[in-house]
Amino acid sequence: MVDSLTPVLTKRWLSPRSWTIKTYEQLEGYTALRKALGAHPDQIIQQCKDSGLRGRGGAGFPTGMKWGFIPQGDGKPHYLVINADEGEPGTCKDIPLMMADPHSLIEGIIITSYAIRANFAAIYVRGEALHCIRRLDGAVKEAYAAGYLGKDILGSGFDLDVVVHAGAGAYICGEETALLDSLEGKRGQPRLKPPFPATAGLYASPTVVNNVETIASVPFIVNGGSDWFRTMGRERSPGPKIYSLSGHVTRPGQYEAPMGTTLRELLELAGGMKDGIPLKFWTPGGSSTPLFTADHLDVPLDFEGAAEAGSMLGTTALQIFNETVSVPWAVMKWTEFYKHESCGKCTPCREGTYWLVQILQRMVAGNGTASDIDTLLDVCDNILGRSFCALGDGAVSPITSGIKYFKDEFLALCDKNSAVLAGAH
Amino acid sequence: MTQTSEPSTVDLSVFDEDTVARARQLISRYPLSRSALLPMLHLVQSVEGYVSQAGIAFCAGQLDLSNAEVSAVATFYTMYKRKPCGEHLVSVCTNTLCAALGGDAIFAKLREHLGSEGKPLGQEETSGEPGTPGSITLEHAECLAACDLGPVLQVNYEFYDNQTPDKALELVTALQAGEKPAPTRGAPLTDFRQAELQLAGFFEGRESDLDGPSAAAETVRGARVAADNGWTAPSMSDDVAFPPVPEKK
Ligand SMILES: Cc1cc2nc3c(=O)[nH]c(=O)nc-3n(C[C@H](O)[C@H](O)[C@H](O)COP(=O)(O)O)c2cc1C
Ligand code: SF4
Ligand code: FES
Repeated sequence: MVDSLTPVLTKRWLSPRSWTIKTYEQLEGYTALRKALGAHPDQIIQQCKDSGLRGRGGAGFPTGMKWGFIPQGDGKPHYLVINADEGEPGTCKDIPLMMADPHSLIEGIIITSYAIRANFAAIYVRGEALHCIRRLDGAVKEAYAAGYLGKDILGSGFDLDVVVHAGAGAYICGEETALLDSLEGKRGQPRLKPPFPATAGLYASPTVVNNVETIASVPFIVNGGSDWFRTMGRERSPGPKIYSLSGHVTRPGQYEAPMGTTLRELLELAGGMKDGIPLKFWTPGGSSTPLFTADHLDVPLDFEGAAEAGSMLGTTALQIFNETVSVPWAVMKWTEFYKHESCGKCTPCREGTYWLVQILQRMVAGNGTASDIDTLLDVCDNILGRSFCALGDGAVSPITSGIKYFKDEFLALCDKNSAVLAGAH
Repeated sequence: MTQTSEPSTVDLSVFDEDTVARARQLISRYPLSRSALLPMLHLVQSVEGYVSQAGIAFCAGQLDLSNAEVSAVATFYTMYKRKPCGEHLVSVCTNTLCAALGGDAIFAKLREHLGSEGKPLGQEETSGEPGTPGSITLEHAECLAACDLGPVLQVNYEFYDNQTPDKALELVTALQAGEKPAPTRGAPLTDFRQAELQLAGFFEGRESDLDGPSAAAETVRGARVAADNGWTAPSMSDDVAFPPVPEKK
């Protein structure tokens, strides 16, 4: 039986000055790199495939398979880009990871770059995370000084340069192709796929884009092996996962547990609901993943479990709201976010989010009508699946799920007006 | 005629030799020069406290781009400010989770406090003469990736965690009086322009800034519960071998 919490990525965070190379090396840091540089790059890709590691940035794509898509012997430069743009509302795991243990990410970057044969890697960090950028910059400098970065790393003949790149405040730049455009010095707007980044990514060359938590897991897989990784979690979603609990819980924070842990179990570890006020709704993986309710406390939180229950695992950002919070209000706030962050490239999302905000604001102000609910759903229907990128799909999640589980609350906001205002339209 | 040879009517003298040298250094970090544009916009913002027409022309000149190309990028991103900012930039998270915990109330309180003649301060407006000591630009921000510490706010992108309207008011009042209360996590507070210089990637002489706690108490809660209960991940064996090199298909 595996323990309820399985600190792997989060374990070093407890150590004093955990962000320094000194602490990191005392705690097995850079031992995986030495092993990896002694192996054939394809062995590392195979080991990652065998481990079943899936992307921690939201979509859960198998990481080893993604690395395997990079064409080899193509004569082009290859790139590794780390997505550290952490902007999905509720998500708060990557920034603390990089703040407390930046070297685990850097070691993962070196191993991954060696595996995919990249000699340049960039860490794209959201600009608002200044202290985290500082720690990353310090760690990169330490790694250069120790010979883990630069030319002929540890005498292996492998060269790698890493740059820490600060973004400038745009949620859409978390979408991997928008991120690449942004890193190229352009407006961060998504690209048409295909071609996928694996064939035409940064500067039109083969590129792997991976999330921080994904790549920070790599040194542990190298040291522990794929079977060890699979001792945690579930068959199709193996490994440990950082669950971020926020909102109306007694002890919010980061809890690293095996994939498939339920909210009921996590809540128990976090001291239950704050002040004993009952749970009303929650997001399993950020605001772009459809809401859950108190009926979903026992849903196993892995990629399959969340999907079977009608939502998505996303970034395991568990935002927890108690009975005092109005669902239409929360939905309105999230919709205002998507409207602000819509990049404007495609009409369904740009126009749709604008109208959704108008309707929701009117409703929450007490001026809605019952037909507004149908209008909302209708607009959502025109966004979902018809937008250029997944931001549009995410934008409708709070609305459709909110109405699905809490329709009465939306109706209650409108009822008092229906007689008066219905004719006014 | 190329666009870059358009006559420059703006005065670029505010960007001194050091800034030019830094711009060059940024370009050398990337395989292709244009990748230096985002950091370079942070750089010009560190000089002027916002991205001015001169700042745009400076970047365009350094990168061989047209002013229009640079301008299109600068206007896309929230962190590039189009009006001069105060000594400090205060950003209050008002995304749903923080808002439910008090973020909206914090923002309302600060707007009211920083406003004048009974009019609350608007989004991205500045109280005081921009750039002068004690001047403050206020904005509401989207989720700042610190929800477990909510409601949060930032001053010059340093975190002040677990805020209340009263605590936030006290903080802002201190800033106006020229004090620099320490952030919850992060380096000693400086000002908006110095923060922007660091975002451009220049940290010279600031090594002690790296100090401070490894993480907030909230961040390590799970790790702490595990340690207290003796819970660990399954142990690794000593002789882990890599799989064989896969055969080429
Ligand atoms: C609007 C939008 C925002 C996203 N933001 C992030 C983000 O901040 N961090 C991240 O890792 N992935 C984000 N993603 C997912 C990325 O597009 C991509 O799937 C991910 O970086 C791949 O890495 P992984 O396979 O390691 O998860 C976002 C996607 C969308 C559509
Ligand atoms: S869905 Fe929204 S964010 Fe994505 S491309 Fe279209 S407008 Fe831009
Ligand atoms: S909602 Fe405020 S930090 Fe995430």
